[in-house]
Amino acid sequence: MHGFLAALGYEGWILHALLWLPLVGMLSVLLAPSSRAKYLALGWSLLILVLSLGLWWAFDPATGNFQMYSSRPWIRPWGVNYAVAVDGISLFMVLLTTFTTVVAILGSFNYIKKYEKAFYALMLLMETGVIGVFVAVDLFLFYVFWEITLVPMYFVIGVWGGERRIYSAVKFFLFTAFGSLLMLVALLYLYFQARAATGVASFAYADLMQVTLSLREQMWLFAAFCLAFAIKVPVFPFHTWLPDAHVEAPTPGSVILAAVLLKMGTYGFLRFLLPFFPEAAQHPTVVTLMMILGIIGIVYTAWVAAVQPDAKKLVAYTSVAHMGFVVLGIFAMTVNGLQGGLVVMISHGISTGALFLLLGMLYERRHTRLIEDFGGIGRVTPWLATAFLITALTSIGLPGTSGFIGEFLSLVGTFEARPVMGIIAASGVIFAAYYMLPMVQKVFFNALEKKENREMDDLSPREIAILGPMVALMIWIGFHPTPFLSRMEASVVTVLERVQGVRANLPAPFGALGGVHGDGGEVVGYGDPQDAELSAVAEPQLSENHVPRGDEE
Amino acid sequence: MTLDFSTPAHYLVALLPELVLSLWGMVVLLAGVWKKEEEGRPSADDLGTLSLVGLLLAAGANGWLYTAGSTGGHGMVTVDEFRLFANWIFLVAAFLSISISFTYVFRQRLQAAETYSLMLFAVVGMMLMGGSHNLILIFLALELMSVAVYALAAINRRDRRSAEAGLKYFLLGAFSSGFFLYGIALIYGATGTVDVLQIQRVVIQGEAVAGLLFGGIALLAVGFAFKVAAVPFHMWTPDVYEGAPTPVTAFMATGVKAAAFVAFLRVFLVAFDAVYETWYSVFWWLAAVTMVAANLMALVQSNVKRMLAYSSIAHGGYLLVALVAANETASAALLFYLLVYALMNIGAFAVVVSVARQGEERLQIEDYAGLGWQKPALGVFLTVFLLSLAGFPGTGGFMGKIFLLQGAVDSELWVLAVVLVMATLISYWYYLRVAWYMWMKEAPEAEAHAGVMTSMPMKVALVTAVGLVLFLGLFPSVGLGVAERSVAALFEAAGTMGRVIP
Repeated sequence: MHGFLAALGYEGWILHALLWLPLVGMLSVLLAPSSRAKYLALGWSLLILVLSLGLWWAFDPATGNFQMYSSRPWIRPWGVNYAVAVDGISLFMVLLTTFTTVVAILGSFNYIKKYEKAFYALMLLMETGVIGVFVAVDLFLFYVFWEITLVPMYFVIGVWGGERRIYSAVKFFLFTAFGSLLMLVALLYLYFQARAATGVASFAYADLMQVTLSLREQMWLFAAFCLAFAIKVPVFPFHTWLPDAHVEAPTPGSVILAAVLLKMGTYGFLRFLLPFFPEAAQHPTVVTLMMILGIIGIVYTAWVAAVQPDAKKLVAYTSVAHMGFVVLGIFAMTVNGLQGGLVVMISHGISTGALFLLLGMLYERRHTRLIEDFGGIGRVTPWLATAFLITALTSIGLPGTSGFIGEFLSLVGTFEARPVMGIIAASGVIFAAYYMLPMVQKVFFNALEKKENREMDDLSPREIAILGPMVALMIWIGFHPTPFLSRMEASVVTVLERVQGVRANLPAPFGALGGVHGDGGEVVGYGDPQDAELSAVAEPQLSENHVPRGDEE
Repeated sequence: MTLDFSTPAHYLVALLPELVLSLWGMVVLLAGVWKKEEEGRPSADDLGTLSLVGLLLAAGANGWLYTAGSTGGHGMVTVDEFRLFANWIFLVAAFLSISISFTYVFRQRLQAAETYSLMLFAVVGMMLMGGSHNLILIFLALELMSVAVYALAAINRRDRRSAEAGLKYFLLGAFSSGFFLYGIALIYGATGTVDVLQIQRVVIQGEAVAGLLFGGIALLAVGFAFKVAAVPFHMWTPDVYEGAPTPVTAFMATGVKAAAFVAFLRVFLVAFDAVYETWYSVFWWLAAVTMVAANLMALVQSNVKRMLAYSSIAHGGYLLVALVAANETASAALLFYLLVYALMNIGAFAVVVSVARQGEERLQIEDYAGLGWQKPALGVFLTVFLLSLAGFPGTGGFMGKIFLLQGAVDSELWVLAVVLVMATLISYWYYLRVAWYMWMKEAPEAEAHAGVMTSMPMKVALVTAVGLVLFLGLFPSVGLGVAERSVAALFEAAGTMGRVIP
């Protein structure tokens, strides 16, 4: 496979192809007749998924640096580059995006009945935006993509959503925009400081990371960036837009929202917040605050979820709980915590995406989402019930599923850093069972009382094609997470080294699960701490045309 | 050729675009008289086309002036790239405004020759205003522009609101001109000159009479603030913008504002550079209040034209930030933003003209329900213009706003930068509201937008504006470069430097 990909020059063009092919697909959808829109969209997204799968092999797990880096000047006067690359963190986010887009498009075939062309065009536009967020290594470029993702989602919720769709769409838009606008000012501040220090205008990731900031500056900038990401995640007090958006969004919108859009926030934590403002991020008060918010997210939303009569709203709240585990894992700042956070991100993307799809399937059959309207349908639709049960168990973190690996690792990471926090957070796993299992029982296993429920169809082949790979992934990661963990490890270590500024005293990665690297030291050579900062990004593996600053080419 | 203003011919060359337009305005007037004798198709379209040709000729003259060097500022008019860039903005604004007037003028039975020639004359005024460094000439140009625009606002004789708009604009405009002129008088008293460069020298040398100078600065600032519609000098704006014929509103909101800002910048950054500390905090508050108040007032508007009027006041606030920052980046940002603003704002007004059918019928936001699905092209265009006005990535408005923010950041105006982005956040609400009516509400009936049609020139204007807004949003380098070069010329000639607030 390596040789094959190398022969194609895969590393040179793949990221550009992933970024721009969806736009080409969007144009073809817009130009084609309406009846063919969905097949074209599916075709393009499948092509993009297949192309992106090569990343799995082309990616070199031995290094935590950016790979497949390429950069061209975009706005010369400001030192903005069109610079893209992946590392072990963004790799999985990109794959998750390409996978989820296919699933979401396939899942909209029956659900989206009006304005099909526009809908599929927006889905593809969203794919470009999200992939752009994950591969951009120039902060200006990142910001542009970050904002652009808002527009398609705004329209998807607002046009194809439920009763209160406009309210939800605007709320979603304004909440996110509020955070990102403040982030923009913080970003300009960083840019200004970098230019003042070096005399060179640049928005490049590597350049901005080298800006020396006082603790006070770091705190303020941290606050601005953190707010933008925390709203997106969403972290506890900023989560109120999420249930509205999820409940009103059409199924595919919910899937994309849960599976990838929320990840943009946690990705921002890992990619920008921690490495840029390490002292602020490590400040004990900040860490405690973030962890407490994460724990409140886990526990509080679990309770809220438990009393929801609407199954979709219940799942929406579980998203907040899951993202709480991610925040916890990230701010534990241990290898296990970060890896756990990343696995939860992947697992949540798959399982919650699948839950929304399953609820959408139920909705298509019964036109209701209220739990009390169902009951005993497991007997009528056994395959649907099976898929739902596996997904629900993944969601609550049963051993043998991807959910377990993620939550376990992030809890282990938390124990290493803050044992008390870890203990409280672990209770969230129990509450998860408390909200999820009764819902499953009421929907699928109680007495089959209602007449309408007796005549439901089981999964169609199309639906099996959607759910099959998702269930397989949940179980694969659950039983054999090593290929995943090994690919993220080096990058996670790189982030930690940057944050902690010194060669991290790393505990052995979770042996029973990971076990590929004895200790962090095997991961690419870092010289002394000063060099570690540079090597993180400034020396990507690919030597071709590397321009660290925009003005040199 | 190099212009050293040794012979009167050099003045004529330096004023070539203005001369071309003045003559062409008269040609249009005369053509209007002749055409009325003929029978057959209405002559309004021909006159519109004729005016567009005149603008193209002026554009050619303006482009040619780039090749002419100038050796100094002895004339009343400068030949620097700053002026030439500003001229592009006025020409673009006029070109687009006239393009979107064709159907309107025909349907409302306006006097085509008068409408178009007044627009051309107003552009002459704008050009002189932006290109002069003599306060008296700036005042005359301001009057030339304003008188033409007063008449344009009231050009629809049959419409009560149009007449009201014209009268209101005239009375308040005359009042503010008084301030302006009194300001010039005081400054002359303080410095003994009305030439901007001379004033600068006198002020730097500390020979100006302080009391008179500061009084003059304050009165000039009031005059300018009125023209750029800064809060609290904005009271006339919503009524005038709402009452005037829509294409004229588009022209006022972009061209007039641009001319006022360009002259504002030249006078304050060059002449009063040395006493920056005395005026910057006033403008700081002016900018902050304008941004916040205008956006808040726009929130509650249900008339799209009125909403766009408040939006234009808000944009004036963003542009004032550049004046507060008063450095090279900010000045370049001001030019760039004015250009983008002309494109996106006239684009938005163009859609308003189309939707309003006969002229001024359907202006309420409810009238836009379902527009996007019935008229997808118009819907997409208006969405792009609104996103650009809101400053969303991928559009020129975003690049312009980032540019302005950079200017603010260069002068370390952090609080003002935060005010700017928070004002932007407020503005999202009312721009998005139009988008949601267009795309997310059902049209009241299947043929609700059947009467919405666009003439050929309107289509050309829309496509040009959308194309340029997207182009400047995706590939802004060229535009930014030209804007920065244009400003460099101004700063070089004036010998002023960017500064950081103490």
